[in-house]
Amino acid sequence: MSRTTEIRWHGRGGQGAKTAALLLADVAFKTGKEVQGFPEYGPERMGAPITAYNRISDEKIRTHSNIYEPEYVVVVDETLLESIDVTAGLKEGGCVLVNSNKPAEELRPLMNGYEGDLKVLDARKVSLAALGKYFPNTPLLAGVVKLAGVMDEEVFLREMRESFEHKFARKPEVVEGNMRALEMALKEVH
Amino acid sequence: MDRAVELGARVTWREINEGTMVTGGGTSREFNTGEWAVIKPTFEADKCRQCLLCVPVCPDSSIPVKDMKRLDFDYDHCKGCGICVKSCPFGAIEMEGIE
Amino acid sequence: MATKDRLSGNEAVAFALKQINPDVFPAFPITPSTEIPQNFATYVSNGEVDTEFITVESEHSSMSAAIAASAAGARALTATSSCGLAYMFEPLYIASSDRLPLLLAVVNRALTGPININCDHSDSMGVRESGWIQLYAENNQEAYDNLVQAYRISENPAVRLPIMVCQDGFITSHAVQNIELLEDEAVKNFVGEYEPEHYLLNRDEVMAIGSYGVSDYYMEAKRAQAEAMLNVPSVVLEVGKDFEAISGRSYGFFEEYKMEDADRAVVVIGSAAGTGKDAVDMLRESGEKVGLIKVRMYRPFPAEALAGALKGVKAVAVLDRAESYTNCGGPLGADVMAALFRARSQALAVNYIYGLGGRDITVKDFAKVYEDLAEVVRNDSAGDTYRYLGVRE
Repeated sequence: MSRTTEIRWHGRGGQGAKTAALLLADVAFKTGKEVQGFPEYGPERMGAPITAYNRISDEKIRTHSNIYEPEYVVVVDETLLESIDVTAGLKEGGCVLVNSNKPAEELRPLMNGYEGDLKVLDARKVSLAALGKYFPNTPLLAGVVKLAGVMDEEVFLREMRESFEHKFARKPEVVEGNMRALEMALKEVH
Repeated sequence: MDRAVELGARVTWREINEGTMVTGGGTSREFNTGEWAVIKPTFEADKCRQCLLCVPVCPDSSIPVKDMKRLDFDYDHCKGCGICVKSCPFGAIEMEGIE
Repeated sequence: MATKDRLSGNEAVAFALKQINPDVFPAFPITPSTEIPQNFATYVSNGEVDTEFITVESEHSSMSAAIAASAAGARALTATSSCGLAYMFEPLYIASSDRLPLLLAVVNRALTGPININCDHSDSMGVRESGWIQLYAENNQEAYDNLVQAYRISENPAVRLPIMVCQDGFITSHAVQNIELLEDEAVKNFVGEYEPEHYLLNRDEVMAIGSYGVSDYYMEAKRAQAEAMLNVPSVVLEVGKDFEAISGRSYGFFEEYKMEDADRAVVVIGSAAGTGKDAVDMLRESGEKVGLIKVRMYRPFPAEALAGALKGVKAVAVLDRAESYTNCGGPLGADVMAALFRARSQALAVNYIYGLGGRDITVKDFAKVYEDLAEVVRNDSAGDTYRYLGVRE
């Protein structure tokens, strides 16, 4: 179990936290990992807080419970910081990645006295610059892959290109934009 | 194929048809419901004009028809309901207690 | 050659169905099983299967149509969850008493109320006496593997009973995880062509199905039905053996995990078993002799084999993901305890109700259960045999 990386996603219904968790599972799978990606389901309402999870491991994953002590937390929507204790159970030495255009010092007071590692990625800025539209998932996915060291960046980019080319087979023009978003996010997070 | 009919209520659980399926068609022919009748209709052939109004009303298909002419009752299956008596315009079917 | 993939439990079931290419699939959607007919409908519209896909207006109808299709001689199935399964209650009994091979993919979800869409086993436990075979899965892989094996068990001439293949709603149905898929050809050959012996569309054999059974016949019919269920265990083992030959994965009535020298054991069904195994490993590291049994085949119930597997155990905890309101535990608890009693077991047994309506169960929860069992052993008394796990006191 110790070799399993556990990641928790906090988002709002409709923002794609579930999709991001499934995408992460997908790309980690392609690099030969054992993976789990699952959302916590409740009443399905647009805008309501939702949680999704990832386990990534070199060994077979058997546990099916939710994740209470993650190494990494991704917050897709910074407004959740006011209502949800996103760092609950976060492992020592773990890290939180928040999608925001504010500096970390401004966000920290909203985080129940959390003093650990806090990274901020302006996924909106990245997404608008790369795609001209706001899809926070793609940049955040790159961000968490980099932070968690799930896989080599080059392998990640190669796998994602393949997956975008498959997914957007009928809209090849968006492949480059998505790839740009990933590359920009990888540079922004450090 | 006719096992279901032959066995009757003596059948053991080992012999009963799987899922109580009825194998074979028209098995009701083998079951002489005519035994149930206490009173039976009688066919007065000389009064009959062969209008055949009685044939379709019989719930037990007990009025045989051959060459467009009805024959005498099939008493093996007639339960004696008397519906045919009411349907006959010519009084060619008689049955005790039914006008 | 098997292919490695990552699929959710629902995707895995739909994929297995695609490989089986059944004849008739009447469907009515209900969370969390909806994705099964939904994904399958895509296969239909892509022409990847030639199944007759019928959109009906209710679960009573989906089961009734599947029954009719099976009686006609087709390989049929449907999928459902929770109140959908409850709405099938009546036709479920028709399928089993008419001895119709038939598949039902169940994605377990709590029954109302309060209204809840998440996992527990109250739906399929509620129909455990309907005469259907019931197999349960721990994860997406087992859901897939059970499905591939299901028709072989159901259609066996000594059996000819309908079969439910169950998995945990959302926990496995919506979780994407690694999976090994068999080649289409391997599945096709394994499942084989369906050749019914008696069927309504056979022009050479006139027959009727669904007859009225007066008291003179009813009990003989039910005894014969029970005999078919008695034939299931050996068929399940035989099919499991053949499946192992093509997949390398072995399946029996239940899985024993580190039971060889265990003095304390947990008996559980479904996805919680995986979490329990991690707890077993954790406790084994500190030298505790604990083990786990995961029941795969719940109907018929492998009472004798299970009691045998628990032979060396001092204390056992049976975990039920459903209430049965007997005031003494859940359905699995009752069955396991009866099995222990028949085998004159000296093991001290307790029964926990857990995970209702999607309540999570963690490695820590399992550790607590094993700790409770240690106390049972120390006290040489089971104490309260009817307990709740993971409820706020």
